[in-house]
Amino acid sequence: MKLHWFHLMPWQKLPADFTQRYRSVWVDVPSHLWEPLEGHRLYNEYLDELEYADQMGFDGICVNEHHQNAYGLMPSPNLMAAALARRTSRAALVVMGNSIALYNPPVRIAEEFAMLDVISGGRLVAGFPLGTAQDTCLSYGQVPATLREKYDEGYELIMQAWTRPEPFAFNGRFTQLRYVNLWPRPLQQPHPPIWVPGSGSIETWEWVAQRDHVYCYLSYNGYKRGKALLDGYWETIDRLGIEPNPYRAGFLQLVAVSESDAQAEADYAEHAKYFYTRCLHLFDGFTGPPGYRSIASLKRGFATQLGRKVTEQRQALSWRDFVEQGYVVAGSPATVRDQLRELIRSLRVGHLMLLQQFGSMPKHLAMKNTELFAREVLPSLRDLWPEWEDHWSPRSLPSERRVQPAPLPSGNELAAPLREAIR
Amino acid sequence: MSAEPIERSEAVRGGMFKVRLFEAGSGRPLLYLHGAEGLLGGWQPFLSQLASRFQVIAPEHPGFGESSGVEQLDDVLDLIVYYLDLLDALGLERPHLIGHDLGGMIAAELAALAGARVGRLVLVAPLGLWIDETPVLDFFVVGRQELVAASWHEPASAPARRVLAPPLAEEEQRLAALQRTQNLAAAARFLWPIPDRGLEKRLHRITPPTLLVWGAEDQVVPMAYAELFEARLPNARLEVVPNCGHHPMLERPEAFVQAVVPFLTA
Repeated sequence: MKLHWFHLMPWQKLPADFTQRYRSVWVDVPSHLWEPLEGHRLYNEYLDELEYADQMGFDGICVNEHHQNAYGLMPSPNLMAAALARRTSRAALVVMGNSIALYNPPVRIAEEFAMLDVISGGRLVAGFPLGTAQDTCLSYGQVPATLREKYDEGYELIMQAWTRPEPFAFNGRFTQLRYVNLWPRPLQQPHPPIWVPGSGSIETWEWVAQRDHVYCYLSYNGYKRGKALLDGYWETIDRLGIEPNPYRAGFLQLVAVSESDAQAEADYAEHAKYFYTRCLHLFDGFTGPPGYRSIASLKRGFATQLGRKVTEQRQALSWRDFVEQGYVVAGSPATVRDQLRELIRSLRVGHLMLLQQFGSMPKHLAMKNTELFAREVLPSLRDLWPEWEDHWSPRSLPSERRVQPAPLPSGNELAAPLREAIR
Repeated sequence: MSAEPIERSEAVRGGMFKVRLFEAGSGRPLLYLHGAEGLLGGWQPFLSQLASRFQVIAPEHPGFGESSGVEQLDDVLDLIVYYLDLLDALGLERPHLIGHDLGGMIAAELAALAGARVGRLVLVAPLGLWIDETPVLDFFVVGRQELVAASWHEPASAPARRVLAPPLAEEEQRLAALQRTQNLAAAARFLWPIPDRGLEKRLHRITPPTLLVWGAEDQVVPMAYAELFEARLPNARLEVVPNCGHHPMLERPEAFVQAVVPFLTA
C-alpha cells in the first residue's frame, strides 16, 4: 500500500461572510482579497509541510494545478515540484498534474516533466488531468466541446516526444510543429509513470485503462460517496479484461489524526468547516459549461461535487456529520487506522492521497497531523495488498547514485584562493 | 396561414453531415438560421407567417437537435463551407437569409464570403462582434433566471411562455434540458469564450441588401452592437422593435413579420 501526502495550498484568510458577499472562490474570486505578504508566508510554510512529509516517510508528496482559485494556490505545480526536488530525497514527486490542453505547445509539459525527473533522480509521477471546467474553460478559455480532443492530441505529442529517438514533425489539429526534439529527456525510461486524476467523467476510465495508467479520483466528498465512482472504474477494468491490480487506482481523502476522537474535533473541526463552506463556494455557472461533460456522463448523472446547492447542504453539517458521512476520516490513531483500512479495501485503491492540511489549518496542526499519522497510522497500512505489485511508482535512482544538494562553501573559503590568485 | 411544416433529413457531403430541416410554403426560398440555444420550440408562428409568402426552410445547424457532423467543423470557415454544401444539396441558388444570434453570425459570414449566393439578408440580433465596454452576455455561464431576464422583455407574456414553459412531462423536460445543453455545446465551438471570430474584418464584404432587426430591450446582445453593425455594413438599415428583448421573431412576431416581409419583397 502506498500513502501520499497531498497539498492543495488553500488561502487561509477568506472572510467569514465570504459566501454571502461573493459568488465564487474560483474564476472570479475577488482579487483584493490577495495579500502578498500572507502569500509569501503560506508558500514557504506549505513547502515546509510537504518536505516534512518526505522526511516522515510518506511514499509521495503531491501538488496539483489550479487557476484563479483561492483554495489552490498553484497555477504552476511544476514550480512547487522544482522547489521540492532539492530539499526532499525519498518521496515521489507526484505532480497531479499538468492540464495538457492548456499548454501551447504541449511539448512544454514533456520538457518540464523531464527536467523535474532528471533533477530529482527519477522521482517524478507525471499527472495528466483533463482539468476542471473552471481551470480550463473558464480561466484559460478552452472550448468545452473540443477540450478532450485537444487533451488527447497533446497526450500523443508528449508521449512521442518522450519516446521517439529522432526529431520528428507533428501535424496535429491543435498543434503543428516542424521539429519536435525533446532536450532534456526524462531519467525514467521510457518515461515517468502517468497518473490521471479524474472527477467523474466516465470517458476517463476507459481512456486510462487502455493506456495502462493509474486513475485517481480526487474527491472532497470522502470515501463513502466515492465508492460508486470507483466501482464504475473497476467495472470498466473488468469489462476490458485487465487484471484488477489495486495500484491502478488512487483516491484522495481528508484525514485528521489527534490524540483522541474528542481532541480531533477540538483541533480540526473549524478548519474542515472553513474548507467545505468557504473554500468550496463556487458559482454554479462555472462548474459545467455546455460541452465540458459528455451527454453520456450527464445521463449517468454523477452530480458535480461543487456548486451552490452542494455548498448550502454542507453549511448545515456539523463535525459529527463530516466524520460520520466520511468527508473527513478523523479521530485517534486507532479510529483513523480502522476507517482507512475499510476505505482502502472497499474502494480497492493502492494509492491513497491524504489531505492532511485543509482549509485554514495552521502549520503547527498540519505538522502534528502529519507526524501522528506517520508514526501511529502509516505503519499499520503498509501491509495491505501484499499479493499485488505496484508497477506505477517511480523507478528512481538508488540513493548511492543520487547527487545531493551540496553544502555551499562559506564566503571566506571562496575568498581565500581568490585573494591568493590576485596576489 | 400555411400548412404544417414538413420535417425531413438531408444528407450533405456524401452523408458526412445529416441535417434535420423543417420546410413549409412556396415562393422564393428563404433560409432561417437559428441561434445558439437551437430551434427554440421547433417550428414557430413567425415561420408559418413567412411561409405564406416564401418557401421557408429552417435547418438545424450540425450538432444541434437531430443534425450531426459538428465534429468535422474546426472553425467558422469550415461552417461556411458546410453551408455552401447545404445550399447546393438543397438546390438553392440564391435564397434570402434570416439569421438570429449565432445564426445571424453565420448568415453574415456566408454573405461576406459568398455574397453571390445570398438574396436579401436579415440579421436579427446577430453575434460576431465584440465591444469591450459593452460585453455580450455570457449566456453560456449565467443562470437560467438571469438569461431569461436578459432575453425577454416580458417573460410572463404568452409568446414567452410558449418557449420558456412548454407543457412537458417530467421525462420530456429532462430530455429537453439535455438537448439544450447539447445545442449550447455545439454553439460554444464557434462562440466560446468570446463570440468574435473576426467577422468585423469581413463586414465590408457584405453587399446584399441587409435589414438589421433588434429588440430595443435586448440585454444579451445590447443595442450598441446594432449601431456598430449598422455603421460598418455597406448596405444595411436598422429596424428597432420596441418593448422587445433578444428574440423579436418570437416575442413580437407581428412586428417582426411586418418589418421583414416588405424588405424581402422590395
